[in-house]
Order: sequence, then structure tokens, then C-alpha cells
Amino acid sequence: MTVLLSLDALGKSWFGVPAVTDLTLDVAEGRLLGLIGQNGAGKSTLMNMIGGVVQPSSGAMRWLGATYHPQSAGDATRTGIAFIHQELNLFTNLSVAENLYIDGFPSRFGLIDWPRIRTRSAEILHRLALDIDPDTQVGRLSPGERQLVEIAKALHNEARLIIFDEPTTSLTPRETARLFDTIAALKAEGRTIIYISHILGDVLALADDIGVLRDGRLVDSGQVGDFSVPKMIRAMIGRDLSGLFPPRTNKPASHAVLQANGLTQPGVLQDVSLSVHAGEIVGLFGLMGAGRSELARILFGLDAVASGSIRLNGSPVPAGIAGRIAAGMAFVTENRREEGLMMEAPIADNLALVCLRQFGRGPLAVMDTGAVGMRTEDARRDLTIKAGDIRTQPVKALSGGNQQKVVIGKWQMTAPRLFMLDEPTRGVDVGAKFEIYTLIDRLAAEGSGILMISSELDELLGMADRIVVMNRGEVMGELARPDFDRERILALAFREGLT
Amino acid sequence: MSGRATIPDLEASPMTATLLQRRPLSDRAADLFLSDYFILYLSLVFIAVLAPFLPTLVTPGNIVNVMSNMWPLLIVAIGQTFVLAIAGIDLSQGSVIAVTSVIGAALITLVADPVVLSKAPLWGVLITERGGPLAGVTGGVLIAILAMISIAALIGLINGLAIAVLEMPAFMVTLVTMMTISALAIYLTQSENIAQLPETYVRLGKGDLVSVYFGVKDTSQLPRKEVFSLVTYPMVIAVTLAIAAHVLLNRTVFGRQVLAIGMNRKAAEISGVPVRRVIVLVFMVSAVCAAIGGILYSARLEAGRPTLGEGTFLLDVIGAAVIGGTSLFGGKAKIIWTVFGVLFFVLLSSSLSAMNLSAFQVDMVKGAVILGAALLDVLRTRIMRERMR
Repeated sequence: MTVLLSLDALGKSWFGVPAVTDLTLDVAEGRLLGLIGQNGAGKSTLMNMIGGVVQPSSGAMRWLGATYHPQSAGDATRTGIAFIHQELNLFTNLSVAENLYIDGFPSRFGLIDWPRIRTRSAEILHRLALDIDPDTQVGRLSPGERQLVEIAKALHNEARLIIFDEPTTSLTPRETARLFDTIAALKAEGRTIIYISHILGDVLALADDIGVLRDGRLVDSGQVGDFSVPKMIRAMIGRDLSGLFPPRTNKPASHAVLQANGLTQPGVLQDVSLSVHAGEIVGLFGLMGAGRSELARILFGLDAVASGSIRLNGSPVPAGIAGRIAAGMAFVTENRREEGLMMEAPIADNLALVCLRQFGRGPLAVMDTGAVGMRTEDARRDLTIKAGDIRTQPVKALSGGNQQKVVIGKWQMTAPRLFMLDEPTRGVDVGAKFEIYTLIDRLAAEGSGILMISSELDELLGMADRIVVMNRGEVMGELARPDFDRERILALAFREGLT
Repeated sequence: MSGRATIPDLEASPMTATLLQRRPLSDRAADLFLSDYFILYLSLVFIAVLAPFLPTLVTPGNIVNVMSNMWPLLIVAIGQTFVLAIAGIDLSQGSVIAVTSVIGAALITLVADPVVLSKAPLWGVLITERGGPLAGVTGGVLIAILAMISIAALIGLINGLAIAVLEMPAFMVTLVTMMTISALAIYLTQSENIAQLPETYVRLGKGDLVSVYFGVKDTSQLPRKEVFSLVTYPMVIAVTLAIAAHVLLNRTVFGRQVLAIGMNRKAAEISGVPVRRVIVLVFMVSAVCAAIGGILYSARLEAGRPTLGEGTFLLDVIGAAVIGGTSLFGGKAKIIWTVFGVLFFVLLSSSLSAMNLSAFQVDMVKGAVILGAALLDVLRTRIMRERMR
């Protein structure tokens, strides 16, 4: 058995935070490797390294024994590696044939050789049993057909290794079945496949070998016969939780801060009802695409909702973001850099942003800089933000954990009744996570209701008083702390019956 | 776990302290480059280098000339600075100047020549042979000015609404406004100037408050040529406006909101900044500044002219703001930068014409300088980014 691609002690850090650590793995030719892991386990970083999109910080890769050190995505394609992403990389305004030949049109007498392109495209499409005209515009194809076009592109580029990243997320069950047939056919041709998916049942059914990533490390690998769904889940999560979380001091009160009823927005949410009590931490769990962030955006008034009601402290919420902030809502978004912070502005400016109006004096609303200085300095001390001069140091110069404290801090200055925290510890190292958890506990202990969204089940198990599980825009179930059961929560999130 | 939490404070670390002492020259050069006063220094160096070759540059006459060119441009550029601060652009400022100068002049002109203006659509509506409706009216000039500012505010409002509410690109919206409004200005007078403006109005453009005489002291009559204006109405107006704009941009809630939108619109929106309202107001500020600058231009010209603010005027405005250091990417803007940028730009123009270059050659050099300024903006941003690493 030849080893097609071998990874040798591969590592990658982002701003000092390791994403992939010391990863050693052989991909055998002609086999299908199923790769699983939670969000943030390092799968994307690993794939980006193989694809030449990012350069490893340490370690090496070998392709058929020779050193493989791709500098760009083009290098990977030329080597014979193809990616089928969840978001497809096709030009929807071009035809199927044009998409196949986009990185090099064959020419005759200086003109594009269309007949040859059409014949060859038709031939490849035929091999995939995709009976469409090569001149069809890609935009008019269904998601499943588009994916087959991606695969056709891989075949056109003579790819020997095809990497599927969550290929079934946008497919119907019938399209999924067809994709699996295609994958089997590709394997029969001797092509090697890496298949990444959250749907563990699919991985078990398709794979020859399985690798499990956790915190950037390969924690388990072997032949598919050695694995079962519960074992895979254990390997994906399995770590000792004690000491990772601060002692809990909050006491949930009886009155609800947030009451959402029957929220429905076609294609996004389906009859979602949810409540958060004062002093309570409610965890919202789900896989990517479960509609958690969408729910938070709707609650905050950022996105439209077709029907349903939202009440804050018993009264209907005002329309618009400013109104909801005034009513006591705060929203720490999952994307700190793009939606949370003015990265190049000083820390103090960021802290003061939400309650700017409080600092305005007189009819012209001239800023009371003294008050800004005092309030922001208080916040810095209170949150133990490690920075030099907060009036000049840009937020960009802070570590991920301290940046997150600034985002939480700017909301804390408005003394909100409901905190919505979307992935509050994303991109934060383990030490700083503890500080963020302590802060969240304190916010709840001071009487705020907390809606904590996370892809890391561990952190919800450690922090939440109640966990609500979502899947594809619907609430699948709700568990109180005494009933917390990791496998049951995952089963709800995956919509799979586990035994 | 708590061990990891105690990262030593940046200030207290002895290592950073020694690093600060031994900073390389390139770092200090970068400091200078990023300083608020960089363009002022550059202007001074520019004068110092050119003065020996172009002695006329530092004569009182030329200095007065440079200053008188500076004030109206400064006012218009201040308005543009607000727009650039939200990462927008306002191409319609020149046309606002044209249309307000025409309408303002039509309101207050004392006498109109039917030979010249009788074909204009304004004839009979606003202007007759006895001048505009406000000719000779007490406070007429003030009313006309208020009318000009209101028209500008209305144009700014339309720009702002299209950009903020309909979410159309600022470039497109203001380009269309520019075309439409400047065509309207030309149409209104059939491209004729409206002259014969009252003395009160003209004084706004060139009236002196304090003048200096450098000649011999024992003559009873001072030759006009040798009396140099030191403090003029345009200067007082521009400086007052600049100070007000500085306070508005740097010291008020509105200013912080403007900069926040320029820095990160999404974050500002989520933080409850009334993004749309602020954008509309910014475009209104820009148009009103253009109109006030236009008052000075037309007063100096002693006429309302439908082609005021045409051609490369807009490049002067944006170029001056960008040379000063206001970023085209938004979020970084200071009025003081624009003051220095305008100074540099006017100095450059005046020395180029002192070199006896033709208007075309002057424009070619100016174009290159503006390109340089845009490059400067990119470089500054890059150095700032690298520093944060």
C-alpha cells in the first residue's frame, strides 16, 4: 500500500495560539480517510495547509515520498489535490465547460479551442453520470449538480487526492445518495479521498480509515472497524473538565428577562421559543448552520423575522438596534474583528462606543472626555484588561482574550439586562478562557440573564444552567443542569438516535 | 490556570523600557511620518528649499495671495473631510458651489443686464432689470446666504438619503448629483455670470479687517498695491469654521459616531450608533461647507458663476484632504490635517504658477502630487499596521 500524502509533525499557530499541533498522519493511496472533530479542532487549518493556502509553522508534508511544500492553491492543484468545499468555488455566471477550464483554456491558432473544450467537458460529465450540456450556465444548476461540477473539475485536473469538506450540508437526501455513489466510483478508479463531516453516520458508512482531531491534535486514528458513533463522539470531546471552569456563583431568579415565542423566519428559524431568566446562563448548542447566530441576530433586531414575539422583562421589545440596547440588550457577536471592535481605534474608544450618548454634554453633545477617561479606566481595571495606555493603544495590539474583554466591557458599561454572547471564547487561549468564564459568571451573579452560544459543548456543560439544542433552525430540546448528558445533547444536535 | 493570567504589565516591563530607549532611526522617521504635523513640516521644507530659487514665493504679496486662496478651499475641504471620515466621497461639492452661487447672486444682484440675462430661465422669475428680489432689502444678503445654505443642505440631504437609506454607493450618487446640479446651474443663467453684487456680500470674499503697510512711512497716501491684508473676512470665517469643525469631529458624540462608522460600520451599527442618520448628516455638512466656501469664492469674484467649482476643483479638495492625512479608507480624519493639506496644496499651486508654468503643466504636477498623497495614505496605513504587530 503506497502512502500518497504523509504529514510529519505538522504544526500551525495563529498569533501564538496553536491551531494544529504536532500532527503526524499518513493518507494511503486509494483509500477514504474520514476526518472528524469539533468546530475549532483544527480541520480547516489542516486542510488549508495541505491546500497551500497557509504555510505550516513547523513540520513537513510529503507527496509520494517527495517533499511537498505548496506555496499557493495552484501548487496543490498541480500536485494533484482537489478540494470540494462547503461553499463551492464556481463561477455561477459562466458555463460548466468554462468553469472546468477556467485556469487554462486550450487554444488553437491563438484562439480558444471551444470544440475541444466541449468534447472533453462532455466526456468528464458523462463519467460522472451528469447529463447536462457543457454550455449550461452553472448558476442554473442545483446545489447537488454544482457539486458534481466541482468534482468534474477535480477529474479534469487529474486530481489523485480529493478532499471533501462538509459536502452534504446543502444537499437533499437524494443528492446526497448520488454523491455517495460518485464517491464510490471515484474510489473504484483508485483515487484517494479525505472526507470531512459532522455527520458521523456518513463517515462510518463511507470511510476505510478514520482520524479524530481535537484541539489541533490527532487524538485517535485507525481502521473504520475499530470505531462506533459513541466512540467517535468520545474521542472528539474527551477531556477532563475539572479546573477549566470557575466555581459558579450565580443564582437564577424566577422572572424571565427574555421570552421569545414562536419565532419563525422561512429558511432560517422554525417556531423557536426560548426564555432566559435573570441571573441564569442559558447555553445554546448546535452544529454549524443550526441557526444559533441567526436567532441571536433576530433577537437583537439585526435581521428580520416573519412572525413570533420577543419580550424583554415582560414587555415587547422596541424595534431597531438602538431601541433594544436601550431596553437592556447586549450582543457580543461571534466575529470580534468584523462586528465587535474598531480594530485600529484605541481601547478606550472601543469601550465607550455603546454608551457614547451618555458622555455628551450640552445641546451639542460635546464629549465629556474626563468622564470617558474615568469610566473606561474603571472598566479596564474591573475587567483586568492587560494593556498600556488605553487611550492610545489600539485594540488590535491586544491578545484575543483581552480583545474579547473589551467587547464584553463596552456592553457592560450600559448595564444590560440580557447578554447574548456568541462564541465568547473563540480564538481565545485556554488561560484567557478561564477569565472570560469568570466574567460571564459574574455578569450572571449580578443579575443579568445570559444567552451563551457555543460550538464547544464542553464550555456549555461547564457554564450553563440550562442548555437549548438547535438543529436546522429548530429547537430540538432543552436540558436542565441535573440532566446534562453529553451524548444526548449531541444526539439532539445531530438529529441522530444514539444507542 | 491563574498563573497564565498574570502576564506582566506592558508599562512595567523593564524590557520594553530599554526597547523604548534604543529605538532605531527608522522608527523615529516613521514617528515623524505619522505625526499630525508631518505635512506642516513638509510645507516648511518646501518653502525653505524653493525660496532661494523663487524669491517671489516669500514676498508679502505672495503670502497674502496664498492665504486668500487657502480659506475658501479649506472650508470646502473641511466638509469633504467629514465624508472621507465615513469612508465616503462627495463629488457633488463643486456643483453645489455653482448652483448656490448662481441662486444667491440672483437673489441679491443690484442691476441685471437684459442683453446678457434675458434668455435665462431665472429672468422674470428672480431677476429683472432692477436686480434680484432682495436687492436693497435690509438684511437681504443674510437672507440670501441662509437660502444658499438651505439649498445646499437640501442637496446634501438627498445625497445622504440615497446613500444611507437606499444603500447606493456614494461615488455613484454624488457623481450623478454633480452632473445634474451643475447642469442646472448652467441652465438657470444660460451659462452667464450674475454680477453687480452688493458691497456687503463682496466684502465677505475680500474685505480686510487688519492690513499691513511695508512701504516708507512719510507719505500721506498709501499706494494700494503695497497694503497687504493680514486679517480678512474669509480668514475669520474659515478659522472659525475650522475650529467649530474640529470640535464637532473630535469632541462631540456626533464626531465619535462619524469616526466609528468609518472605522467599522458593522461594529458601529451593532453598538447602536444611528448609522443612517449620521451618514445623512455628514453629507449635509459636506454640502453646507461647499456652499459657504462658494460664498467666499463668488464674493471674491463679485459674481455668481454657474461654472464655479468645475474642472479639477474637486481634485484640489480631495487631494488637499488626503495629503493632510485623512484616510480614503475611512475612520482616520482630523481637521488640523486638512488645514495643513490645504496649505501645502495652495503653496504648491502658487509656486508652480510662479515658475511660469502653464495651467496644464500645473494640473499635471498637481495630479502627480495627489497620486503621491494617495500612496502616502497606503504607506501610513501599512506602517500603522506593522506597528501593531
